[in-house]
Amino acid sequence: MANENGTHFLELKQVESFYGKIQALNGIDLYINEGEIVTLIGSNGAGKSTTLKSISGQVQPKTGTILFDGTDITKNAPHQTALSGIAQVPEGRRIFPRLTVRENLQIGAFSVKDKKVVSERMERVFGYFPRLKERLEQKGGTMSGGEQQMLAIGRALMMKPKLLMLDEPSMGLAPIIVEQIFDIVKEMNKEGMTILLVEQNAFQALQIANRGYVIQTGSIVLEGKGSELMTNEQVREAYLA
Amino acid sequence: MLQQIIQILPQVLVDGLTLGFIYAVVAIGYTLVYGILELINFAHGDVFMTGSFIGAGVLFFLMSIGFLSSVPSLIVFIIVILIAALATGFLGVGIERVAYRPLRRRNAPKLIALITSIGISFILEDVVRFIAELKTGNYIITAPSLFKTQYHLNIHSIMPFFHNVTFQASFLVVLVVTVVMLISLDIFVNRTKWGMAMRAVAQDRETASLMSINVNRVISVTFFIGSALGGATGVLFMIQYGTIDPYIGFILGIKAFTAAVLGGIGNIRGAMLGGILLGLMEMFAAANLSTITHGAMGAEYKDVFAFIILILVLIFKPEGLFGKAVVEKV
Repeated sequence: MANENGTHFLELKQVESFYGKIQALNGIDLYINEGEIVTLIGSNGAGKSTTLKSISGQVQPKTGTILFDGTDITKNAPHQTALSGIAQVPEGRRIFPRLTVRENLQIGAFSVKDKKVVSERMERVFGYFPRLKERLEQKGGTMSGGEQQMLAIGRALMMKPKLLMLDEPSMGLAPIIVEQIFDIVKEMNKEGMTILLVEQNAFQALQIANRGYVIQTGSIVLEGKGSELMTNEQVREAYLA
Repeated sequence: MLQQIIQILPQVLVDGLTLGFIYAVVAIGYTLVYGILELINFAHGDVFMTGSFIGAGVLFFLMSIGFLSSVPSLIVFIIVILIAALATGFLGVGIERVAYRPLRRRNAPKLIALITSIGISFILEDVVRFIAELKTGNYIITAPSLFKTQYHLNIHSIMPFFHNVTFQASFLVVLVVTVVMLISLDIFVNRTKWGMAMRAVAQDRETASLMSINVNRVISVTFFIGSALGGATGVLFMIQYGTIDPYIGFILGIKAFTAAVLGGIGNIRGAMLGGILLGLMEMFAAANLSTITHGAMGAEYKDVFAFIILILVLIFKPEGLFGKAVVEKV
């Protein structure tokens, strides 16, 4: 469902991105509506992370357009995209290892001047991840993988984003922790957060997603409802076997 | 022999601290930039030198309008050091904009930036030399003296195994100003929002940009602070040692860089302590080498001594004295 202007919340049109001379994306078309969880699945090196990086501005698309909330963000620098309301939880979590948990969270709200707003947002994050509250003065780099993932998501929530992009949140985590994280993703979505979830763990991603895209060597090869993709023969063979 | 060494220890301490605090502040300029860009900014020593010349220029100007005789030295000094710090701060920002940022944008290898910084270093030396010669006819400049009152500490009468200590009033000025700069910087980096942003950018530039931090602006702020501190220290150097030339930044820069490595490059407190330590060791060597080697080596070998200690430290503690290997879980 598009909004009243016939546009989507986030829309990629024919986006082509390169790493040096190597083409990583061959014209990606993708959209997300407000309130959805959309997942992008595919194997290693298919272009999932590049798609996220193209949206966030870490990779500049060579051609194509990216529209977010009605404005063209194709040429934005990463910090501008962040200011416009898109938060990215990067692959591998990328916690600032020598900042404390508190500082990691504060840095998420870097653009917020009002200290009261910052502490309100921090309380909200503790609502999702009570563990972080116990670890406030600990250095980020000394936490376990699961705690770091919670911190990375919490840090992104400190920006109070309109769109939250998660890059492989399940990577390297024990199944029970992955389940916890996915539960929280679902919960955040219920409370109104729009989510773009990139995963290799296709089964779990499709379970919680409204819609999904399958990416292969830089192109979208399949799209559909989460439940449809899960029963799709091709998807089952390639990603769910 | 030991007795001789002990006798002059208080004087070594005074001279060593003067030099050490100067190294410490300049070392911070190297360590800040290295921490954030992994770039050894060889031009930093010459920013320090430029600061001392700007300070001398302002001082000469104030003297020519009769300001120097009518206003207390302390006020003159504060004006001079503030102007020099501001000017070198903007100089540092300008150097980063013109020389380093374009390289970064093109993802040039770090070696290219290093060579560029050496080039900037030569440019600064030549421009300063040119202007100094144009204005005064000579590139070696003796600045108007400030704080030249001599003090004698008569510690010999209290502790007979020590000789008396002599120092100029400028020693106190250097000590107070450098300590104020070091403490302010430490507070800035560890307690303020922009300081936190600096640390975040140093640890992970890409991720910092995802947190709506304008990384280029943080880099500019870093260059401003490092260069302003360096320039202000140039003024202190001029006041303490009197004579300056366009090449003072080279050897002092290398020593300050050494101090930063000694303390653990990228570590701000390490740079401070490394600088103080290096200054003390150097002055200790200068005062005692001749005694220790029975005249075979004179004070001119002090640099060798300082660098031998550096090499020894790095063999046993390659991360520097205060750099610690942080365990990072993935």
